[in-house]
Amino acid sequence: MSAREEVLARVRAALAGGDPPPPVARSYRTAEDPPTLAGEELLELLVDRLVDYRALVRRSTTAMVAATVVAALTERGARRIAVADGILPEGLDRLEPGIELVGDRPPLTPAQLDGLDGVLTGCAVAIAETGTIVLDAGAGQGRRVLSLVPDYHLVVVTAAQVVATVPVALARLDPARPQTWISGPSATSDIELDRVEGVHGPRTLEVILCS
Amino acid sequence: MTQPVFLGMPTAPPGVGRLRAPRPFPEAARDALGDAQLRRNLAKATGTIRAKRAAVVEELPDWAELRAAGAAIKDQVLAGLDGYLVQLEEQVTARGGVVHWARDATEANRIVTDLVRAAGADEVVKVKSMATQEIGLNEALAEAGIAAWETDLAELIVQLGHDSPSHILVPAIHRNRAEIREIFLREMGAVGLPAPPDLTDEPRALAEAARLHLRRKFLEAGVAISGANFAVASTGTLAVVESEGNGRMCLTLPRVLITVMGIEKLVPAWRDLEVFLQLLPRSSTGERMNPYTSMWTGVHAGDGPQEFHLVLLDNGRTATLADPQGRSALRCIRCSACLNVCPVYERTGGHAYGSVYPGPIGAVLSPQMTGVSDNASLPYASTLCGACYDVCPVAIDIPQMLVHLRSRVVETKREAARAPTPEQAVMSSAAWVMESPARWTGALRAARLGRLLGGRRGKITSLPPPLSAWTGTRDAPLPPSQPFRDWWAKRERARRRSS
Repeated sequence: MSAREEVLARVRAALAGGDPPPPVARSYRTAEDPPTLAGEELLELLVDRLVDYRALVRRSTTAMVAATVVAALTERGARRIAVADGILPEGLDRLEPGIELVGDRPPLTPAQLDGLDGVLTGCAVAIAETGTIVLDAGAGQGRRVLSLVPDYHLVVVTAAQVVATVPVALARLDPARPQTWISGPSATSDIELDRVEGVHGPRTLEVILCS
Repeated sequence: MTQPVFLGMPTAPPGVGRLRAPRPFPEAARDALGDAQLRRNLAKATGTIRAKRAAVVEELPDWAELRAAGAAIKDQVLAGLDGYLVQLEEQVTARGGVVHWARDATEANRIVTDLVRAAGADEVVKVKSMATQEIGLNEALAEAGIAAWETDLAELIVQLGHDSPSHILVPAIHRNRAEIREIFLREMGAVGLPAPPDLTDEPRALAEAARLHLRRKFLEAGVAISGANFAVASTGTLAVVESEGNGRMCLTLPRVLITVMGIEKLVPAWRDLEVFLQLLPRSSTGERMNPYTSMWTGVHAGDGPQEFHLVLLDNGRTATLADPQGRSALRCIRCSACLNVCPVYERTGGHAYGSVYPGPIGAVLSPQMTGVSDNASLPYASTLCGACYDVCPVAIDIPQMLVHLRSRVVETKREAARAPTPEQAVMSSAAWVMESPARWTGALRAARLGRLLGGRRGKITSLPPPLSAWTGTRDAPLPPSQPFRDWWAKRERARRRSS
């Protein structure tokens, strides 16, 4: 008997004669419930949670987003920035001279990414209650490695992408796409439970929230 | 009423992996209790995480409902496990992954070793994974000449220190910063980029040394090995939650990814993650969400590993599933909340439990996976205070299960008693003596010597071992000064002489 057949046979033998379990009661807050938070309150909750994770946050508007990106990059002194293929929010392709956007075609190697000053991406969804930004390799986000290797991740979130809870976010996401859920910068508490930001992922996460 | 237990189900085999305590819990605990540094570290760690967890759980208005749903979803998985496993296999395969099945640790280790060899690699990077620790994968790979680098900071500390993890979530909690600095300075150079000579014991500096040491490994590695927190049966999606980004590195950079996952880690549908992605981080690290969660489904063209293998591991899980009163231990999502509230764990730490699964959940999981006779002391490593049940995000009734397992330990001992126990050794030698009249007579005479043991009360109050087990709680009657057979023979001789 193959291992597959044997493990399945063991499972069936172990379960033989058991009663079916009761159905799952989804009495928690689901995606179907009417939202309890909206508009500015929702965005403020997201900002509060991001700041709590020690992410940097800038508020902006769709019209001003390019200027805000330039301001963030300039303040940080970041000159060479990776960007994903695809449509970035309007205006991001007209950055000021002196800042070089490095496209991912042909695909950047991890070593090349390691040599850049940061990465600029959009996102798929942001969850206010948990301060989470979800990337799903869609337009303006690119391959997972882009937002991983550079030490600085600048991400643009639009108000329409912000949802209140985890269930609402999952309902918007497609499981067939690779996903990275990001809640603050990389962190560890492995040494005497002292929190240290920045181990392997970007040590600085900066969020531009456009409304 | 006791329900039947399927006793024939194979348990995790001995001699491989780390599920069995090398010595009984009370003995190991005594050593741990003597280590003041360990107790201070543990008290600080468990206390801090307890408080953080309580705060973020309090924050959610629907925690009780999420917890009930988490338990119900996992029960659904367990009740239909065969179907869900087949479904997962179909989905992963359809999306370019390869699924392997392993009856036990030995088979899983062999599968992974063969896959690494087939990829032409002699080293791999690893994401912290309980399943691969359980099966002793690093040791098996080392035997095959393959170096496995742990990339979680705590696991790196443990590995470089030639040590073993003491907590599910913070495995190096038994080490302080000075010890970690020493380990890094002494060991890093031998296996890769050395630590800077002026390394201080600041956690930030230590983390930076690990970052530089491991970054080189990430950029060079061709094969990564991970565990999985969840697998979605209906979509084939796998999920790994983590904090440092080492998981993302392993799941993204190498060409080949091998994931080893216990068969119970499934959820039926995509939306079920909405429950567990709320329960797990709040219960585990006391955060609203862990810094990074990676999800992938098979192979994504041009993004991440282009070869993906999923190894489904039994290793005593079906044996656990076979006990209706013990199977809900398989709901466990390895959050470690029960460790942090346990008054026993807080004092002894994880090493005393012997298994990779310490604390209250380990006390119910390890004995079921190995068979209770191999971890017989663990179900007693608890005061049954109930704190573990209260914090469990999937409502595993650990105290009740501990009581159930204690009765199984007793039952198993009774069955094992068919092999000679002192009691039985006495009984079988009695039979040997009684078979021959000469031996029997000799024995009865020898027993007269037993009178010397008797006090004035005409009772034997203490016998040498193993018979002391009897006289420890009761007295033995004194053998008669003259056995009946002697009296009869003497009387017959006298009668013949007189006639």
